[in-house]
Amino acid sequence: MSQQAARAPQARKKYKMGKLERKNTLIAYSFLAPNFIGFAVFTLIPVVLSVIMSFTEWKGGALSSMQWVGGDNYASIFNTAKVGAKMAELGFFGGLDYFFTKVDLGIALKNTVFFTIVTVPLSLICAIALALVLNKAVKGAVAFRAILFFPYVASMVAICVCWNFMLMKNGPVNQILMSIGINFNKSWTADSTMAMWAIVLVSVWRNMGYYMVIYLAALQGVPRELYEAATVDGANKWQQFWSVTLPQLRPTTFFASIMLIIGCFKIYDTVAIMTNGGPGRATKMLVIYIYQEAFTNFRYGIASAISMVLLVIVLLVTIIQFSMESKYSNN
Amino acid sequence: MSQAAANNPMNESHFRLPIGKILLYIVLIALSAFTLIPFVWMISASLKLDREVFAFPMKWIPETFHWENYTLIWSKVPMLTYFKNTAIIAICVTFIQTLTSSFAAYAFAKLNFRGRNVLFLCYIGTIAVPWQAYMLPQFILMRSMGLYDRLLAIMVLQAFSAFGVFLMRQFYQNIPNELCEAARIDGLSEYGIWLRIMLPLSTAAIATLVIFTFVGTWNDYMGPMIYLTREENKTIQVGLRRFIQENSSDYHLIMAASVVSLVPVSIVFLALQRYFIEGIATSGLKG
Repeated sequence: MSQQAARAPQARKKYKMGKLERKNTLIAYSFLAPNFIGFAVFTLIPVVLSVIMSFTEWKGGALSSMQWVGGDNYASIFNTAKVGAKMAELGFFGGLDYFFTKVDLGIALKNTVFFTIVTVPLSLICAIALALVLNKAVKGAVAFRAILFFPYVASMVAICVCWNFMLMKNGPVNQILMSIGINFNKSWTADSTMAMWAIVLVSVWRNMGYYMVIYLAALQGVPRELYEAATVDGANKWQQFWSVTLPQLRPTTFFASIMLIIGCFKIYDTVAIMTNGGPGRATKMLVIYIYQEAFTNFRYGIASAISMVLLVIVLLVTIIQFSMESKYSNN
Repeated sequence: MSQAAANNPMNESHFRLPIGKILLYIVLIALSAFTLIPFVWMISASLKLDREVFAFPMKWIPETFHWENYTLIWSKVPMLTYFKNTAIIAICVTFIQTLTSSFAAYAFAKLNFRGRNVLFLCYIGTIAVPWQAYMLPQFILMRSMGLYDRLLAIMVLQAFSAFGVFLMRQFYQNIPNELCEAARIDGLSEYGIWLRIMLPLSTAAIATLVIFTFVGTWNDYMGPMIYLTREENKTIQVGLRRFIQENSSDYHLIMAASVVSLVPVSIVFLALQRYFIEGIATSGLKG
């Protein structure tokens, strides 16, 4: 308390601006203004508005027709009435089961989480493998790196349409599968299980080159002495990988997983172009759900409430990143 | 990188047949093939007749090359308009983004002023907020400003991202403060320091930001899809999507249009891939 009181006059002194300081502040604001005005109008205000809108009902038209409805939108997207009734009837897990199999939000959450759980490890494994191989190869490394990275630059529409065609009933993928004895006589995107795997395939195919680049940079930072010491200790290549390379790459892996998880939760383009959430609701993801509610059904309040669910998930992941990052930077 | 690999003691430790190395190349070539197959198939299909595309057994090289597919698409869809719109948006966004970001980043990195931390926190905070979470109020706001279905909407949507400011600030922080102090003593104004010292020193960061922004804007799909509805305003991605929906069985033409849509980014990427990859390696690691 007394410490605080002692610091107070000092703090006040700091905030009383002199003539020079005022001039400097004005100059600083003039540097900031061009970007900040655009940023505030088109990002900051909408972010605040989206929180407010999730508590209102509005079907477009005049802004004055917007109505405050409290938590109704949230009750509606979680279908609390139905889920609550099921919980009373079938117990807690019965209610959960109903939520994740019948309620739109539950299905979207389940699909998005499933997609994330499958895509993130697969992308990481492919990226590490590629980086390790490319880190050893001498000739043509730059060319291989560019080739493997290229999918990340190519536009999603062209890529997704191409993959859609390749995964068609008579497409090349099924033809190759048939030549090794697997007969899948259907378009992948028309099948309720394979549609999700088609999206996973395209996502991994696209992600691996990007994260390979990040891993390559990280591999350059692994001290050579560690490998030398491991060799002296008689560790073979495989043991070196598990006890030197992988632990040294841990901060990168952590960072890459966070980026991938956030990216997976925001997935839209691939799904919109390849399956549009179908067949049925088999690939309906969170952002597809938001888009449909907002721009097809014009239920803006509901769409904002779903947006908040996405926002909370992404913020939680980011908070975990920040708290863990300090731990890693200490090591 | 090749230097680092050459210095690797493990490669030189034994004299033996380079079986490991051969295996390495086989894996690498297989994975590169997996990466490239969709593009090869795309080009191959774009030179076939529509009934040949899914013929069994499939042929990677068409019997006759139907180059006319590439002339046909220009008459079927206003590709030129799409290209023009996308180019206008991408160039304007890249220009505004780079200029205003480096300007604002200078203030955050090198100037002391009231409210700096609070303002920077606003920027950082919104990086974590996914665009999809606030695209709806943004859309309503833009529509009320009369920006709906105008190219300007996509420009202002993309041009003031927090990411650009963050990237440039990270870079400027590594430039020693003494340089600015010395310039101030020599009588250079803050604007002069930005123009004569910071800008020339940050070409690598600017190159990274330019490429990121250009490619990102060129490939943007969701933004133009929400905002641009009139035919003469559509970008290449949305136009391509419309073409696919309207001519869903003209596989060969769809693939030809896809190939054409990839050409500009491919050129930019091939020309600047070194900066691009280095930019990701450094900025990506810093987060």
